[in-house]
Amino acid sequence: MYSEIVMDHFTNPRNVGEIENADAVGQVGNPKCGDIMKMYFKIEDNVIVDVKFKTFGCGSAIASSSMATEMVKGKTVEEALALSNYEVAKELDGLPPAKMHCSLLAEQAIKSAIFDYAQKHNLYYKELEGFDPDADEDHHDHGEEE
Amino acid sequence: MKVYLDYSATTPVKPEVLDAMLPYLKDYYGNPSSLHSFGRENKKAIDTARDQIAKTFNAKPEEIFFTGGGSESDNWAIKGVAAALKTRGRHIITTNIEHHAVLHACQYLEKEGFEVTYLPVDEDGLISVEDLKNSIRKDTILITIMYANNEIGTLQPIEEIAAIAKENKIIFHTDAVQAYGHIKIDTQQLPVDMISISAHKLYGPKGVGALYLRKGTKIHNLIHGGAQERKKRAGTENIAGIVGFGKAAEMAYENLEEHVQHLTELRDYLLDEILDKIPYTKLNGHREKRLINNVNVSFEFIEGESMLLSLDMVGIAASSGSACTSGSLDPSHVLLSLGLSHEMAHGSLRLTLGDQNTKEEIDYVLEQLPPIVQRLRDMSPLYENIKEGVR
Repeated sequence: MYSEIVMDHFTNPRNVGEIENADAVGQVGNPKCGDIMKMYFKIEDNVIVDVKFKTFGCGSAIASSSMATEMVKGKTVEEALALSNYEVAKELDGLPPAKMHCSLLAEQAIKSAIFDYAQKHNLYYKELEGFDPDADEDHHDHGEEE
Repeated sequence: MKVYLDYSATTPVKPEVLDAMLPYLKDYYGNPSSLHSFGRENKKAIDTARDQIAKTFNAKPEEIFFTGGGSESDNWAIKGVAAALKTRGRHIITTNIEHHAVLHACQYLEKEGFEVTYLPVDEDGLISVEDLKNSIRKDTILITIMYANNEIGTLQPIEEIAAIAKENKIIFHTDAVQAYGHIKIDTQQLPVDMISISAHKLYGPKGVGALYLRKGTKIHNLIHGGAQERKKRAGTENIAGIVGFGKAAEMAYENLEEHVQHLTELRDYLLDEILDKIPYTKLNGHREKRLINNVNVSFEFIEGESMLLSLDMVGIAASSGSACTSGSLDPSHVLLSLGLSHEMAHGSLRLTLGDQNTKEEIDYVLEQLPPIVQRLRDMSPLYENIKEGVR
């Protein structure tokens, strides 16, 4: 059901952990849905120089977090904000339709961390307009029960 | 090492069962309804299987009706009685931890104008007999309560339930798909009117089940057509499947004591070791009133699907009540009914044992499982506070 890349990132997730005195921390999801993602960024001169994550969730949630952290590492804040969940899913060689919300959660976790950074430093990013890090929206896109 | 611990999902067909079935897939192809010798021989084979199953229930052969599986038996029992008795009453009592074959059949009947009471369960998954008594109304026509739960293994107080149903002259159906083959059900002792069973849960083939229907129980047909199964269930019989079912049932009850002892020992060992070795772990279901082959635990701070994937990579087959494994938004309705938080329901692991399992296999699981749980916990943001001793 999962691609080899998903299984690889699930088995050997990149960038697991925490960053002490991180410049940005973001957390999204809730236990009700079964996924929580937390991301830590170290940002120097507007560049994400280090990133770590912690995830409670299924295989694709862990793989999506791992892939997303790899994709934003070394990027500027603006570049990270531009990352979409479809790009994360594409890099994972696809996710089952019912698991696409996992990639969306990874995108949201990045935005949530940068939102934290923007608040701390009084910065404005157009991409974060209307972004609510505490939004408890349902990212699931499950089909009807057979 | 490959270890199969998902026997409640399905079981392998025993070699003796397969041997009994093969002639009916190869040489004996006649239609049992035909007059000629080709048909008659197969009619006899079905009668033998019916006798074998009737014997396990201490019932009459004419009280056993073959179906296409446990779900069909459940649907037939519920919809068939509802249709037959709808002029007498339109109230049905069940529980909120039934298998979906029962739950969804009841929900369907609600749309058709029936009223259904879903009895709640306590934290161990047991209904309250008092609740049952209090929910009975003048227009109650059916009580349908499972014998053993498929997820958490909890055994309901079936004798008491059956007695209450009888006292109130209400038809009592039990979904015994998980209990059959593990527990002796004597229909001379237990006043149950209908019992659903399935072959593939006790080392028989898939696609065949049966409904025990006590003589005199009013029920309409679900499958209309030919005169098979004494005009109660149409369709040319799945002869090989029925023969296999008969053989599997006979074998299960011949070796019941040995089977019960073997599995109870393995289950207790596995369960006690998991609870002992892995902190922040909770047993789901009743400790004593539980199926001999069921272990169901929740590990805090982690999610079930990632556990199943990790176990699968080391050759261990298990299941979980996590939403991520079912394709639905919510985790298992059974686990939520116990009062578990969503987080704990997502972190559930079900290991169900079978005759082929050995102590060596259980030791292998006990060696593999703790590091898997630990690895996932180390990745979980919910575990951070625990490590720091904040909680």
